[in-house]
Amino acid sequence: MLTLRMKSSLECGWHIALLLLWSATPLWAVGPGGSTGQGTSIFSPASTPAKSIADVSVFVLVITGIIFLVVFALLLYSVVRFRGRATDGGREPAQVYGSMQIELAWTIIPILIVVVLFLATARVIHAVQDAPEPAGALDVIAIGHQYWWEFRYPKLGIVTANELHIPVSEPDHPTPTFLQLLSVDTDHSFWVPELAGKTDLIPNHPNRMWMDPQRTGVFMGQCAQYCGTQHAKMLLRVSVEGADDFGAWVHAQQKPAVEDAGVIAGRQVFERNACMNCHAVGGTPADGRFGPDLTHLMSRATIAAGAAENTHDNLRLWIQNPSAIKPGSLMPAMKLSDADLDAVVSYMETLH
Amino acid sequence: MSSNVITVPVGQTEARPWVDELHQWLTTVDHKRLGILYIVSALLFLVIGGVEALIIRIQLMHSHNNFVSPEVFNRMFTMHGTTMIFFVAMPVLFGFANYLVPLMIGARDMAFPRLNAFSFWLSFLGGLLLYFSFLGGSGLYGAGNAPDVGWWSYAPLGARAFSPGHSSDYWTLALLVSGFGSIGTAINIIATILCLRCPGMKLNRMPLLAWLNLVMAGMVLLAITPLSAAQIMLLIDRYLGGHFFDTQAGGSAVLWMHFFWIFGHPEVYILIIPCFAFMSEIIPVFSRKPIFGYPVMVAATVCIAFVSMSVWAHHMFTIGMNSYANSFFTLTTMAVGVPTGIKIFNWIGTMWGGRIQFKTAMLFSIAFLFQFLIAGLTGIMMACSPFDWQLSLSYFVVAHFHYVIVGGILFALFGAFYYWYPKMTGRMLSERLGQWHFWLFLIGFHLTFDVMHIPGILGMPRRIYTYEPGRGWDTLNLIVSIGAFIQAVAILVFVANLIVSYFKGAKAGNDPWDAWTLEWSVSSPPPAYNFATVPTVSSRRPLWDLKHPEDPDSRYE
Amino acid sequence: MSAATTSFPNRPAAWDLPSRGKVAMAGLIIAESAIFTIFVVAYLFYLGKSITGPTPREVLETPIFYTICLLSSSLTIHFAAKCLARSITFAFLGLWLLTITLGGLFLYGTAQEWHRLIYEHGLTISTNLFGTTYYSLVGLHAFHVTAGLIMLAIVAVFGLAGRVSVKQSGRIEVLSMYWHFVDAVWVVVFTVVYLLGR
Repeated sequence: MLTLRMKSSLECGWHIALLLLWSATPLWAVGPGGSTGQGTSIFSPASTPAKSIADVSVFVLVITGIIFLVVFALLLYSVVRFRGRATDGGREPAQVYGSMQIELAWTIIPILIVVVLFLATARVIHAVQDAPEPAGALDVIAIGHQYWWEFRYPKLGIVTANELHIPVSEPDHPTPTFLQLLSVDTDHSFWVPELAGKTDLIPNHPNRMWMDPQRTGVFMGQCAQYCGTQHAKMLLRVSVEGADDFGAWVHAQQKPAVEDAGVIAGRQVFERNACMNCHAVGGTPADGRFGPDLTHLMSRATIAAGAAENTHDNLRLWIQNPSAIKPGSLMPAMKLSDADLDAVVSYMETLH
Repeated sequence: MSSNVITVPVGQTEARPWVDELHQWLTTVDHKRLGILYIVSALLFLVIGGVEALIIRIQLMHSHNNFVSPEVFNRMFTMHGTTMIFFVAMPVLFGFANYLVPLMIGARDMAFPRLNAFSFWLSFLGGLLLYFSFLGGSGLYGAGNAPDVGWWSYAPLGARAFSPGHSSDYWTLALLVSGFGSIGTAINIIATILCLRCPGMKLNRMPLLAWLNLVMAGMVLLAITPLSAAQIMLLIDRYLGGHFFDTQAGGSAVLWMHFFWIFGHPEVYILIIPCFAFMSEIIPVFSRKPIFGYPVMVAATVCIAFVSMSVWAHHMFTIGMNSYANSFFTLTTMAVGVPTGIKIFNWIGTMWGGRIQFKTAMLFSIAFLFQFLIAGLTGIMMACSPFDWQLSLSYFVVAHFHYVIVGGILFALFGAFYYWYPKMTGRMLSERLGQWHFWLFLIGFHLTFDVMHIPGILGMPRRIYTYEPGRGWDTLNLIVSIGAFIQAVAILVFVANLIVSYFKGAKAGNDPWDAWTLEWSVSSPPPAYNFATVPTVSSRRPLWDLKHPEDPDSRYE
Repeated sequence: MSAATTSFPNRPAAWDLPSRGKVAMAGLIIAESAIFTIFVVAYLFYLGKSITGPTPREVLETPIFYTICLLSSSLTIHFAAKCLARSITFAFLGLWLLTITLGGLFLYGTAQEWHRLIYEHGLTISTNLFGTTYYSLVGLHAFHVTAGLIMLAIVAVFGLAGRVSVKQSGRIEVLSMYWHFVDAVWVVVFTVVYLLGR
């Protein structure tokens, strides 16, 4: 049986090991730079809101870290130094009831810490939330659906889905993107960690957020507020592009749908079945709003809000049986014949 | 009087037929038996909730896993959360309060024994109703469906339009029913403490356990009722065509959030404050010193109770409140950390200068201090509203609150079990099995919940049935899941200890720990009437005074 | 086998603690107040936010008479309890029955108002936000009045059978606390719905 001395050393040893593990782990896991390539670490900010958050977060981490070390040291010391020993002879220690001075000390110091933390925090809250929208900003309306994202660029006349394209913002000539966040059904949350803190999309409660990414690239995220069965597959891709690339993308998106005579059969399948009740294809009679706009479907890397790559096989499978890719998605299986299915997929594949 | 002991002869009785024994248990109004009923039913639900957690963890072991469907997963996390909060944590704490409060204040029972029984059975019925949803959730014609709206059932997800069938109704009704049970128990606790204290036990001489349960009961009255109100509103929406949370009719989804969290935040303090009570009884005894700063501990708890009523919207930092509201809730949330920290310091102050005995109950208490400290600090991190814009709704939050609930509440509960099981059963729990339980659970807990913070920082949201492989979350989730299984093994060891010790444990006697509060003055288990004669006390530690007549507490208070 | 238990020093001279019935009722009142507060908050929050349908101003008529009935019933129950404490059982019973009548009148008034709102103005709980919050709040209150009247009626039955005496005075006082609470809630509901809300 372990003696009291051994028990407490084990206790000590364990606590120290834990402490080291705990403090060391974040270093390899969350280092800046997003080593995995699909980085979604909150500590590799690429945009001002994310950076302001990361900065104040590090400040908070340092302060709480110091508090942890001090209190843990006291705990460890008391466990080791005041452990009962066989040599005590069953005597009780001095019965101390309290000390007003000590109580005051460890009340006032935490209050001061709270004041410091609060002031540092309030500054960032205002800086991020109350930032005015500059003249060169891009306006996007993001509308949450079960389980996909609708993006509208009102001043550019663009409607797209799931993959957001925004311009990079140069520090001397800022072109941030300001999003208005709406929802048609349940609550959602727009979270792309490297670009900004998350903000919810709540029906009947418009919200506003902004981001000014300072490097190009593709940034990943996903819905963060449980919205139903396929909450997990409501993914986000934000492509941040240089001015020229962004301009080219806008230009392409503003055009109506490609008209390819070779896929007339597929287009007819599309327009005669219930497809056009939910989906819109610009420049055609299809003007449904319930599902994603398909005008430039092939300009997207993924389908079903990131649930699958935008390939021929996935597209075919999706139209044939959405539940195979995203069970619980609100798109019904259209029960098309193989011929119709192939035709409509061919049509979809012309929509660049 | 030559000795301090009165010997009360107890007649030998024949073992009763089991039907009679069962009948006694089902119709009891004795606070001790009701306490045990609460605790045992909570343990049953703990195992069920634990299985739900393991299902979640198996599904999340690696990306794109297929162990369960998304529908089943969503039911699992909803049921796991609802079960653990309402049918494990609250009942087990009410159970300990029921058992201990009358004994500790020198009373023969709670103020309203029949209300006590009624409240227990309401609470238990709520649990059965929730689980009946597996059978009845789609009404008579479909297969059963448990609720899958998350344990908060945010509007409009909980509305008829988005939650057809009856699964959400089972959630609502189960909580409404058990909520009324909770209110009954709270009223009982308050009336007992204010009206049934033994002579000499002024309020400032009550054990801290009594004080803290008094505060907890007061909070229950003010916190559970907003949830009840919101659930009545939800039922009106779902069945009478109401529009409380119907955004299409101009209703507000945010209003549900406010109502829910006005309940939800004080609720977690309702859960932790009785655990503070356990710590305040156990740590002094195993440090061989009185609690450091009794009046400050009381004041800090009352302060926590008040301030915790003003912090609720820190669960709503991402919903788009304006910067002034966010700042306000940042301030109040950070402020509530001050009295909470004071309590941690006072416990350390109790241990300081003591002669610490590392019995299993004390091991759990020391671990509690370590873990509650960390949990509080991650709470401070999330109190910082901008930091929370990243951390909220991610696995960081899940890690934080499990740190409090498992690392704090459950560890404190384990301590309470090891400390008071001898009183309740007359047998000591095995220290050897206790050590296995403690170390296994400690390792499993830290493996799971320390590591779990990291996926949150790496952008993993909560309530997702699967995740993408390229995000760097796979290995971390695997480690988390392994830790969960280690904890499960530890729980099995604990249950084995409870059962084996009941039959084979060493006889406990009245006072195995050489403790100082009134429950240790009676036999283990106590007789039905608790005290042969109602005690009179003249200090906070009546048994210390009796054991140390040369240096009684009454001289210093 | 014996159960050993410790003995303690002598009792203090005076040890008076509050009555558990009153403490429990106070606890219940606190809890119920919280429930009503949430419904009042919802009512106030949704004022002016209905998208369609009748507004409060268009359809509500201030129920002054029935309010006076209910508030007077607080006076009658107060004096009834006082009479019982002084063993004036006949007056107690008379005032008690009067309380029930006044409470019943109030409920009748509520029913009448609801009938008018539903059949003349087409306002139901599902019409709009005003309908939902109005019927819920006033209905929750009416439910509590009904529960109170049932309890008062039970006491009346025992009273008429001659079983209520000064010994039950404590319980009568606890019940009258509940009745006062119901009246106080009506003061708040009345102010919010009929005064502020229009």
